[in-house]
Amino acid sequence: MSESRADDMITRSATSGEILLSCQNVTKEFSVAGSTITAVDDVSLEFPEASVLAVVGESGSGKSTLARMLLRLMPVTSGTITFRDQDVTHLKGRDLREYWTEVQAVFQDPFASFNQFFTVGSLLRRSLALAKISKDEADSLIEECLGYVDLRPKEVLHKFPHQMSGGQRQRVMVARALMMRPKVLLADEATSMLDATLRVNVLNVLHDLRNELGLTVLFITHDIGQACYLADRVAVMEHGRVVERGTTEEVIFSPQGDYTRRLLSDVPDLRGSLKP
Amino acid sequence: MSTERPQHAPSSTGVLARAQNIRCVYGGGEEDFTAVDGVSIALGEGEVLGLAGESGCGKTTLGNALAMIAAPPLYVLSGTLEIDDGTIDLSTLSHDDVKRHRPYRGRTVSMLPQGAMNSISPTLRISSLIKDVMRAHDPRITKDEALDLARERLKMLEMPVRVLDSYAHQLSGGMKQRMITVISTLQNPRLLIADEPTSALDVSSQRMLVEMLLEMVEQRIMSGVVFVTHDLPVLSQVSDRLAIMHAGRIVESGPTRQLVEDAQHPYTRKLLGSVLDPSQETRARGIARRSAPVTPEEVGER
Repeated sequence: MSESRADDMITRSATSGEILLSCQNVTKEFSVAGSTITAVDDVSLEFPEASVLAVVGESGSGKSTLARMLLRLMPVTSGTITFRDQDVTHLKGRDLREYWTEVQAVFQDPFASFNQFFTVGSLLRRSLALAKISKDEADSLIEECLGYVDLRPKEVLHKFPHQMSGGQRQRVMVARALMMRPKVLLADEATSMLDATLRVNVLNVLHDLRNELGLTVLFITHDIGQACYLADRVAVMEHGRVVERGTTEEVIFSPQGDYTRRLLSDVPDLRGSLKP
Repeated sequence: MSTERPQHAPSSTGVLARAQNIRCVYGGGEEDFTAVDGVSIALGEGEVLGLAGESGCGKTTLGNALAMIAAPPLYVLSGTLEIDDGTIDLSTLSHDDVKRHRPYRGRTVSMLPQGAMNSISPTLRISSLIKDVMRAHDPRITKDEALDLARERLKMLEMPVRVLDSYAHQLSGGMKQRMITVISTLQNPRLLIADEPTSALDVSSQRMLVEMLLEMVEQRIMSGVVFVTHDLPVLSQVSDRLAIMHAGRIVESGPTRQLVEDAQHPYTRKLLGSVLDPSQETRARGIARRSAPVTPEEVGER
């Protein structure tokens, strides 16, 4: 494991741009049947503006819990979350809703994120109405953002969530998050249900939004190939802790930790075979 | 355009199954939508056939037709499956067809549906689930016999037998998916249709599942697998041959290595070109894409 890389993190990231979002010593504990499980253990990360940080690790490593805390959907057990130099760890009410207009998320299970009784059109328009955006402006925003993810309004707006494929639902989720013109996007396995060609398209959209609008992205994935394509920096999580971090080149092409090396060795190789 | 190679048919020991001219439509609306358009595939004994293609290309629908679990609004208009010296009419146009297919399900062809691991009842131990599943297929089997069979199978695959006493929430995603795979093959089906079994798993769990599936084929728990996924690197590791689907048709098929190294169809090349592996080449593409302006073609693609 590379402790020195972990120590270097703040220095390196600070040179990349203004720190928009950060968490300091964040811990999350759950009580299960009388015992305590530490899902996230003393994690500190910084997100410079217009950068992409990928958090990789296997299932259960604490990636999604970290994202939920950063989004303020889940309280921290200890630690601090800072956005634009303001402590947002305990925001409530209107302040929290304002925070959510700037920090949006796309989660790995889009089916769980939609109300099954509303059409996609209702869901998207309702999001914009809550943000007090006029109907005309809402319609053009919806068309623009669905276009980012290769969907046409005519094809999806009248459908209920169960009438779409997993990939379509995931793309609608991405479009919905982008409609709010967020400064930070927390993408938790946001492309896991997409096939390879669509996945590249969505990753390219994130590239473009980062370049053109200065979008900051936390990209949570177990697919190191996607991190390799998109991220500026990579943090590797194991059992709730960040065990290695650095630039994408450092972590992926010269990993220091055993866990990172194992993750990389398990990535299926297009030209390899496990057949005996 | 169709790029059927001469190696389209299995070349190994013998043909296990041959599906001919499968046509599926989704009906019930204003007009029918053809999801599978006259597809024929063949599978050799002990072979894994990888079925790849983008979302909505018809691969899951084809899997459902082969597993004989098509239900309205999906209708199988035509298609036959030759397996074990018999020919099964796959068409499902009425309720009688559903009854006709019942004896084949789970034994001749078993289905491992997409997201099955999330469908395990949270209130049942795995052992109870196994008893229910086995007795649904064969009411004569006793609960003890069902559990003995499960224990024996877990030992054969070097999996912990204590999993039988667990509830779903006590298992990791990878373990749930392996257990579901074990349960769906307890009746030793001749053919397993595995629909996106690895998509929700991290790379380490994916590898364990793939190795287990290959072991199961090796041990002849099942005689062949149709492995459906959009993940080409996983398919290239597990399958002997690949079939690439696009818009309801198989546009190219052949031995895995040959197809990966020398794809002929433009769609196959596009799919292969979209794979992101953790390599210097992917990194260079990402950096180039990041600094490049968006082209009109890409805007059109979106």
